[in-house]
Amino acid sequence: MNGMLTILVLLPLAGFLLNGLLGRRLGPAFVNVVGIGLPTLAFLTALWAWRTLEAGGGAPIIETVFTWAVIGEYVFEVSFYLDRLSAVMALIVTGVGALIHLYSIGYMKGDESYARYFAYLNLFLFFMLLLVLGRSLLVLFVGWEGVGLASYLLIGFWFQDVAKARAGRKAFITNRVGDAGFLLGMFLIFTAVGTLEMDLINEAFAGGLIPVGIATAAGILLFIGATGKSAQIPLHVWLPDAMAGPTPVSALIHAATMVTAGVYLIARLSGVYLEAPAASTLIAVIGVLTAFLAATIALVQTDIKKVLAYSTISQLGFMFLALGVGAYGVAVFHLFTHAFFKAALFLGAGSVIHALKGEQDIRRMGGLARRIPWTFATFLIATAAIAGLPPLAGFFSKDEILWFALASGQGGAVWLWALGSLTALLTALYMFRLLWLVFLGTSRMEPETERHVHESPISMTGVLVVLAVFSVVAGWFALPHYLEPLLPLPELQPERAGLHMAQIIFAVMLALLGLLAASWLYREGGKPADLLWQNLQRLHRVLLGRYFVDELYDRGLQRPWRWVSDRVFLRLGDRVLLDGSLHGLAALARRGAEMFGRIQSGSLHWYAWMTLFGIAAVLIWVWRYV
Amino acid sequence: MTTDVNLLLAVSGMLFALGLVGVIVRRNLLVMLMFLELMLNGVLLSLAVFTHLLGAEAGAVLMFLVFTVAAAEIAIAVPIILLLVRSGRTLDPTAYSGLKG
Repeated sequence: MNGMLTILVLLPLAGFLLNGLLGRRLGPAFVNVVGIGLPTLAFLTALWAWRTLEAGGGAPIIETVFTWAVIGEYVFEVSFYLDRLSAVMALIVTGVGALIHLYSIGYMKGDESYARYFAYLNLFLFFMLLLVLGRSLLVLFVGWEGVGLASYLLIGFWFQDVAKARAGRKAFITNRVGDAGFLLGMFLIFTAVGTLEMDLINEAFAGGLIPVGIATAAGILLFIGATGKSAQIPLHVWLPDAMAGPTPVSALIHAATMVTAGVYLIARLSGVYLEAPAASTLIAVIGVLTAFLAATIALVQTDIKKVLAYSTISQLGFMFLALGVGAYGVAVFHLFTHAFFKAALFLGAGSVIHALKGEQDIRRMGGLARRIPWTFATFLIATAAIAGLPPLAGFFSKDEILWFALASGQGGAVWLWALGSLTALLTALYMFRLLWLVFLGTSRMEPETERHVHESPISMTGVLVVLAVFSVVAGWFALPHYLEPLLPLPELQPERAGLHMAQIIFAVMLALLGLLAASWLYREGGKPADLLWQNLQRLHRVLLGRYFVDELYDRGLQRPWRWVSDRVFLRLGDRVLLDGSLHGLAALARRGAEMFGRIQSGSLHWYAWMTLFGIAAVLIWVWRYV
Repeated sequence: MTTDVNLLLAVSGMLFALGLVGVIVRRNLLVMLMFLELMLNGVLLSLAVFTHLLGAEAGAVLMFLVFTVAAAEIAIAVPIILLLVRSGRTLDPTAYSGLKG
């Protein structure tokens, strides 16, 4: 039907406007109905759109809304494009989105800016759908910037706290760096191809008429944009700080949906990357390094949300590894499963924080399993899923990634696989460490906190249960196969094609090894682990310092830039050049006025004399020149 | 005819110059006003001459218009001067230079 996609995109926007303009006056009941109802309707619309797509045999549905601009022969249209890839993304965004809106009712209850929270969350959904459904890179970019804005607003939601406001700013500025790359890549593609419609770009690159150099440059530039949004090295520093926002926001924006926009972008433009092996190799290397380094940092974090933040960075690294070796469908598969179990983990963490009245330090938790059983059970399932234990969702997607990292004919390499497998081991280790320190063992809570521990309301645990169920079953859906007409899987290297079974067994062994190691290291509140770290003090310090990347940026970029801003731009440019020239002009005008003011003496005779001189001058001039 | 025109124009110029010198030299507001009228008459004389020369009879009408306006001006200017004198007790314009804008 016509207008289906437009309705889908506009529903959350309506929610934003209603809640933003009226929510405060009409009270929380109205906010709930609008804030939960419209995303749910959007999800149903997405389901309907998906059914329509499948009824048409998967042929893309294109819906033009209006013509944005006509410049010479180029026409820029706002149009939506639904194929299997964007349908999967739209379902994830609206589905997980609607669940998290529902969860937020319990979590944000009593907050003084309740309506503002739901307005922002709906705004985020609107921009995310624009990003996912846009046919043109231009529309995608509008959504891309819009989700950045929503992310900024929600990280700094409690802006009275300076540190939180600053975290929002950091996220925004770091993303700006990536966006510069995105824009340049977009310009380059436009000059090379002459259109910004992504399906046409893919066709043009697949036609083989575009030089490899341009494909590589455009691919790397767009990837720079993706590193910003998806928190990959070197622009990963904003995501851990983004945990300053409310926990459901961390679950929705900074784990399940927005941060996967970079993965979606590259999968969407796979036609470009197929022509640019160098750019793909770069993506694989950055991806696997990010996955590994973030996993090592997650091992020593003590804030429950920071552990999950680094885990998200690490899992995104896995997705980029898959993209880099040409397995685009597999990356989307991991994106899909990750959305469920990571949302479950974050919301579980939110439930823990809620139960402990804001406590986030895992050193002051422990023994919560029996006190909050529903949270524990769902957290356990999600942990097992992310660690890659069969038959849960994470097992299937991660195994496929490692398999293609090893065997793909488009850049699969042993070292990528080895580092990826090591990361998978670390993933199991840090996730079970978290589980042990939070839920098992004996309580290390403050007595005052411990007395108030309570299970969260049904609106929160219900959502957790749904997400936990999906963490189990999401992997059974063969998404790469479903996407294959769109995103073909790479050829396998013939000599490694027979190793898949061995790889699966190895991966499961690694996950179990991680589980065993965690259960041994983190019994009794982690005493064996503390002993181990005492022998590795230097490494421990580096990990605790997150490889000192923030400090490096501070020394290498921020301080020199601040110096230049202060000395050159402020003191020289602003105060001397700009202020100087303007003050100079003002002084000139004042002195000139004083001088001419003296002529107006008030003496009638003096005026008559001047009239005489004037007439004489005019007469002389007329006589000489006319 | 030509000499007549030149003569008339010379008289017009002289009337104007005389008026100007009078306005500059005299220190009495009423006298200055009279010299101002003299200047105006000089200009009007030249207007009359040129009107005649070009045969544009509309000029004569314009002349009478200017006379009327000038009379109205004087009718306003003299009361103003009277009011000034009532407060300042002098006809010297330098005494009123404080009135500048």
